[in-house]
Amino acid sequence: MLSIKEYQTVTNIYGPLMLVEMVDEAKYGHIVDIELGDGSIRHGQILQVEKDKVLVQVFEGTSGIDVKNSTARFLGRPLELALSPDILGRVFTGLGEPKDDGPALIPDKRLDINGSPINPDARDYPNEFIQTGISTIDGLNPLVRGQKLPIFSGAGLPHDEITAQIARQATVLGRGEEFAVVFAAMGITFEAAEFFINDLRETGAIERAVMFVNLANDPAIERIATPRFALTAAEYLAFELDMHVLVILNDMTNYCEALREISAARKEVPGRRGYPGYLYTDLATVYERAGRIKGKKGSITMVPVLTMPEDDKTHPVPDLTGYITEGQLILSRPLHRKAVSPPVDVLPSLSRLKDKGIGEGKTREDHADLYNQLYAAYARGKEAQELATIMGEAALSAEDKKYMTFATEFEARYVSQDYYENRTVETTLDLGWELLSMFENAELKRIDIELIQKYMPRFRKAKSG
Amino acid sequence: MNTRRQGKIVKVAGPVVVAEDMAGARMYDVVRVGKLNLIGEIVELHGDLASVQVYEETVGIGPGEPVVDTEAPLSVELGPGLIESIYDGIQRPLNLLYEAEGAFMSRGTAMPGLNRDKKWHFKPTVESQTKVAPGDIIGEVVETTLVTQKIMVPHGVAGTVQRIAEGDYTVVETVGIVMADDGTETELKLMQSCPVRNARPVGRRLAPNRVLVTGQRVIDTFFPIAKGGTACIPGPFGTGKTVVQHQLAKWVDAEIVVYVGCGERGNEMTDVLTEFPKLKDPRSGEPLMKRSVLIANTSNMPVAAREASVYTGITIAEYFRDMGYTVALMADSTSRWAEAMREISTRLEEMPAEEGYPAYLAARIASFYERAGRVECIGSPPREGALSIIGAVSPPGGDLSDSVVQATLHVVKVFWSLLGRLAYQRHFPAIDWMTSYSFYKEYLKNCFEDKEQGREMDELTVQAMALLEQESELLEIVRLVGAEALSPADRLALETARSIREDFLHQNAFHKVDTYTLMLKQYEMLKMVLNFHKQALEAISAGVETAEIFKLPVREEIARAKYIPQEDIAKIAQIRQTANEQIKRLQTTEVS
Repeated sequence: MLSIKEYQTVTNIYGPLMLVEMVDEAKYGHIVDIELGDGSIRHGQILQVEKDKVLVQVFEGTSGIDVKNSTARFLGRPLELALSPDILGRVFTGLGEPKDDGPALIPDKRLDINGSPINPDARDYPNEFIQTGISTIDGLNPLVRGQKLPIFSGAGLPHDEITAQIARQATVLGRGEEFAVVFAAMGITFEAAEFFINDLRETGAIERAVMFVNLANDPAIERIATPRFALTAAEYLAFELDMHVLVILNDMTNYCEALREISAARKEVPGRRGYPGYLYTDLATVYERAGRIKGKKGSITMVPVLTMPEDDKTHPVPDLTGYITEGQLILSRPLHRKAVSPPVDVLPSLSRLKDKGIGEGKTREDHADLYNQLYAAYARGKEAQELATIMGEAALSAEDKKYMTFATEFEARYVSQDYYENRTVETTLDLGWELLSMFENAELKRIDIELIQKYMPRFRKAKSG
Repeated sequence: MNTRRQGKIVKVAGPVVVAEDMAGARMYDVVRVGKLNLIGEIVELHGDLASVQVYEETVGIGPGEPVVDTEAPLSVELGPGLIESIYDGIQRPLNLLYEAEGAFMSRGTAMPGLNRDKKWHFKPTVESQTKVAPGDIIGEVVETTLVTQKIMVPHGVAGTVQRIAEGDYTVVETVGIVMADDGTETELKLMQSCPVRNARPVGRRLAPNRVLVTGQRVIDTFFPIAKGGTACIPGPFGTGKTVVQHQLAKWVDAEIVVYVGCGERGNEMTDVLTEFPKLKDPRSGEPLMKRSVLIANTSNMPVAAREASVYTGITIAEYFRDMGYTVALMADSTSRWAEAMREISTRLEEMPAEEGYPAYLAARIASFYERAGRVECIGSPPREGALSIIGAVSPPGGDLSDSVVQATLHVVKVFWSLLGRLAYQRHFPAIDWMTSYSFYKEYLKNCFEDKEQGREMDELTVQAMALLEQESELLEIVRLVGAEALSPADRLALETARSIREDFLHQNAFHKVDTYTLMLKQYEMLKMVLNFHKQALEAISAGVETAEIFKLPVREEIARAKYIPQEDIAKIAQIRQTANEQIKRLQTTEVS
């Protein structure tokens, strides 16, 4: 360990950055305490070292720091989180310090918040179905333990309700095991954070939750560290205490904006929309911490939330996220206007790991064929709907009309449900059959004929009878 | 070790470290950085300053720490033990790292790419006193049930074989000696080392002439790739790039498959690792893993090693090509490789070209794809090898004007364009038949033993493509004036195009039969669909209502033909007969 050294040689301050000169020994990535003239302390991290010049990013912002009276203290260690089983039920700041009135923590260990990449050979494939009680997830985009499945939302869409519902209802089928919830708030409003925390409190889930809260009026640069604190806590709970952890990161767009601020201050060559060229790599070091490890009981399942500026999926934040995560749930404004809740835009939503988590012995043998058919039929119904808006319904063929009716029914009954309605996966699957019963067998090309013969008669009969 | 050149760090900025006192160091030499002994590579020299890209996370490294020059370029070890391995971007065996250090990657660990303890049975194919030159095969090692490694004389070595003996050797033991004309002796080992950034030499390059069958209908029938050819798959996220890459890695009729997971998801590599040992090669019945080499540098692993991973992969692939094998390399995704280049370039403060990418981006991409090809290998016995490259590209927002896509399209001969709209309809593989292309279509007919079938297949593909083209035009009309305005023949064309899309092009990668289709079955299926069209067209001109035709029960059989196992292929011809009969019956009832 390096000895702690103090310097009063702060020379430049610009944006969130600070330059300290004539430093003997400093290591890249280590942390710095900055003592201001009035005795208050700020925290920083070393971004670059060149000879005796050290560039520091200040988490709490640089306002009020002066060149003359500030002291930089190099602590000789990376940013760390103090951990013990007592973190459950506690609320921390975005920089990992206790924020509630709870007792001081006696740490068992301190871990570098950057973690280390999981060796791909050590990963265990995520294949345990998680029942969330939401049909559009369970039926169409199944979530499995160890997956990272983001919610692409927009301003004014109910992503808070959906994440709260997932946190409340998520359970592994047949085992009834409950999840520990790690919640990282990055630049969200007090109201949004409070809504989520209250929801956990009402259901008693708060006892097995850890929260890292950086609100909209908290320092923006702090947000760069917040998800890493949360994931370090999650890794500790999952891989050392054998818990199944659900991590909710809300909102990743704010995180990326903080990253952009640093990059701009460093005068780096920007990539698209001013975001740094390394945004993909940086996001990957956050998202890829989800997963399962061979021989370990616990797991980390991640649901990041991000708001797409102008609902644009090609914006760098959702775009790069989609390239890293294992699918995405996209919320739709038109559906929200039609009071479909949750307004999940079914067609562009996707869960990449679904095929391994469903089927006989996991959910039901008909699951895969069923969602393929529902997708295909709904896509065709949507096409017909579009056609109808251009030409009027009268111009549609009888077949197109049938598909259009299906699409409407599907949205009203399958997609739409109450935020407190917890549907079992069987209910969701049966609902799928019921909706498809309006088609002839020949139209159900995506379903194995044997499955149709086994499941369909029940629903056809119910209809005619 | 102490005699090695040693410099001192002056600057650390992310993955780039600058060291002084490095005069005399060569570009692209490997160095060990800092007290943690991180592995890096020199990418810039200014006087006695050397800029180093470090393959590992640099947190905790600072000025004053040592940088040691290993005085060798980044190389891979080539020899028995490659097959069934999983490596990171700089050929460290991930399975051994896992055993040694646990589930999380630690830093500064050097580990040889090939197992030093395992004994392999070596059988010479030349005798003592044979004159040998670089590339000559001197013996064989049976590595797996699918792969026999040919042990070749390394480049730069020639002379007379002195002692060579059959026996069990580790990769570093001497199996024989070559004496050059000037009397210098070189020991021959099972292993050789080869720098990754330069292509391995070949005797003569040849134009591709055979199709690399993939078992994926839309690819083989419409946009085939050749043995020794190059292809790219660009598409927005969620359109199935990785599933296509996995499907190819599984079913392609190559003898060796090298799969490079470059900056992609960890769980996807796990998927490959858990599935490949279980899946059987449709030709040999052996597990697919027995012909595969995996390189996994996932997105959260260090970015510089990601840059190196494609070179590590292709050098291994070239080595097998030089033995005379047909090799296929999948790189998923080349965009992440390009981004790694961009990140290093930014840290080096180079002047950027488009979108912050370095000006040499296009040149690097071109020279990478140019390492593919069908070749006459160096050395005796004379042999031919082929290396195909299939690169996934992940353009931001699916925008094909992206620099990486454009630079790739300049060099590749096959373009599989993935379309978001198709993926949303769950039409997979979501390859857009309107914009994709292949320059290797003329070799498709060579896949058939029966020349007549080959010729017919060519015709069928042209017909099918014309129908799909017609469909897109007709749909325009429907959008303007409604379906009612179409003639019966046009309505049939629309229905047949739908059938081509849904019953032929759509393929379920997760269905045990549908995941892979032999060429002959592809031919039968397409023939069945187009035959129905032909018969129906005749019936319509004889006055049969289109609605009657669309209601025929045989259409359901056509739709389900893709699930008919390869061995029951005759059933598809039967469906064709049934269709003929049912349509005939409509015509006769119409007349009576």
